[in-house]
Amino acid sequence: MVAAMSYAFEAEGLVKRFGATTALAGIDLAARPGTVLGVLGPNGAGKTTAVRILATLLRPDSGRATVGGHDVVRDAGTVRRLIGLTGQYASVDEDLTGTQNLVLIGRLLDLSRRDARARAAELLAWFDLTDAAGRPAKTYSGGMRRRLDLVASLVGRPEVIYLDEPTTGLDPAKREEMWGVVRSLVDDGSTVLLTTQYLDEADALADEISVIDHGRVIAHGTPGELKRIAGSQTIVVRPTDPDRIGEVADILRAGTGAEPELPRPGLLTVPVESDAAFTTVVRRLDDAGIGVVELALRLPSLDEVFFTLTGHGAAEPTEVPA
Amino acid sequence: MTTTTRTAATPPRTSLPRADARPFGLARHSLSLAGRSLIKTVRTPEQLLDVTLQPVVFVVIFVYLLGGAISGSQHAYLEFLLPAIMVQTVLFASIATGVSLNTDVEKGVFDRFRSLPIARSAPLVGSVVGDLVRFVVSIVVLFAFGYAIGFRIGTDPLSTVAACLLTIAFAFAVSWIGVLLGVLMRSPGAVQGTAFLVLFPLTFGTNMMVPTDTLPGWLQWWVGVNPVADVMAAARGLIIGGPVAGPVTRSLLWTVAIIAVFAPLAVRAYRRRA
Repeated sequence: MVAAMSYAFEAEGLVKRFGATTALAGIDLAARPGTVLGVLGPNGAGKTTAVRILATLLRPDSGRATVGGHDVVRDAGTVRRLIGLTGQYASVDEDLTGTQNLVLIGRLLDLSRRDARARAAELLAWFDLTDAAGRPAKTYSGGMRRRLDLVASLVGRPEVIYLDEPTTGLDPAKREEMWGVVRSLVDDGSTVLLTTQYLDEADALADEISVIDHGRVIAHGTPGELKRIAGSQTIVVRPTDPDRIGEVADILRAGTGAEPELPRPGLLTVPVESDAAFTTVVRRLDDAGIGVVELALRLPSLDEVFFTLTGHGAAEPTEVPA
Repeated sequence: MTTTTRTAATPPRTSLPRADARPFGLARHSLSLAGRSLIKTVRTPEQLLDVTLQPVVFVVIFVYLLGGAISGSQHAYLEFLLPAIMVQTVLFASIATGVSLNTDVEKGVFDRFRSLPIARSAPLVGSVVGDLVRFVVSIVVLFAFGYAIGFRIGTDPLSTVAACLLTIAFAFAVSWIGVLLGVLMRSPGAVQGTAFLVLFPLTFGTNMMVPTDTLPGWLQWWVGVNPVADVMAAARGLIIGGPVAGPVTRSLLWTVAIIAVFAPLAVRAYRRRA
């Protein structure tokens, strides 16, 4: 029906100023249907502002954005039927129970009372909140609360889901849990825009990543492409027989021309400039009949990528230019 | 291939009914949101403490502390005072609309509503309508207490109901001022403080407690132009007897005028709030 449409959502040249502060300085974002676009940047980079424009909560000063081909300003009503929004701001009512929150949203989406109840029960079960369904949201733990916030954006079966820093402040186990949820949303056919300050999160979930800083996209590509921008890769080898580590070191030295390191007992690493060296090393290990439990060409972390792109780490907050 | 293959955990994607497929969207959505206010009130009945205790406290203070001095007869003063206290109580109760609205904005609940395909005004209308229960509770408590200490209506039940409805209609109008403050201001506390600052001269600057002719000239002028004085006069006329046509007409005009000015302003401010 919309065969010609190549993007689930698309933003072109978005500019947004708040007084003297420029939150967005002409930003382009787009994602194909059924993919995850990671928007990666430090605090104050403009992530939330971009999401709020795509969610029809803010109007851009210039530029345009469409969801499913519908303009977010001129055709906001249609866009709101297509999107689900979860962020630190778009929240649930703490005094209402999980069920009451979801039924209310279902009713506002013109579901019948019965359909709204059924949809609420189904979503609460899917997100493992059935036991807490009858309790006010303010009694929920942090992780449960995030799940309920997320569930609230799914009532209308949105085609495009915005997740604005869905794991900020969650402990590692709860983050993993939320990652699983995001993956299942994509399996479900939804398109996801995920903003995050965590490089490993974007790496784990996103098909493509737009790195933004000071309201601009400073890099865009797949996680692998971005990591390649940051330069040198590393070969990692762990032989099955730790006694043959010396032989492995010789092969690495010969194959790459660099001196291998032994960061942990039984594990060797060596930096390489090109993929070709990896092939050579693999072949020689095979020729020597050395079995391995781990053999990888490891890309640099996204932290290193961010440092290369911006000249500062992702962790340190950026000053918003006045 | 981007067709939507759902996992077993979720049923197939079904499209939502179009808003225009079902009529009266604004009314239905507003009622759903008013239902939310009602759920919150039932869940935390202590929210009703102000509207239940406050009228009782005011009646006790004014009737027993001041009634003898002002009117010579506590019973006669009770008749004079109670309709006006009803108006005051319901107006005070209307402040809660703006306060809870501001809380919603602060906590992000309103951004959730704003991202849904509903009319922009629906959450505001829902808040205003949702506070109806507070108005009704305060009126019921006030009349029950009044009857217990000897108050009797001087007209008929129908006129009394009309007085209550007129008061509620006026309070709905004033709620929109609270809504505007709720959308514009930064914290619920600031909304409450400002709203009381507005309401004190409006409610006490009337002949609620003493006849107008005992007041200094400038205050008589204020009572003359104060819409709350008109509503109190209308309530008195309808409940204990007296002139009705003039005050009722002026009250209704004020009600319409306040809504006509403040409802659009509130919706506009709400649209613009980033």
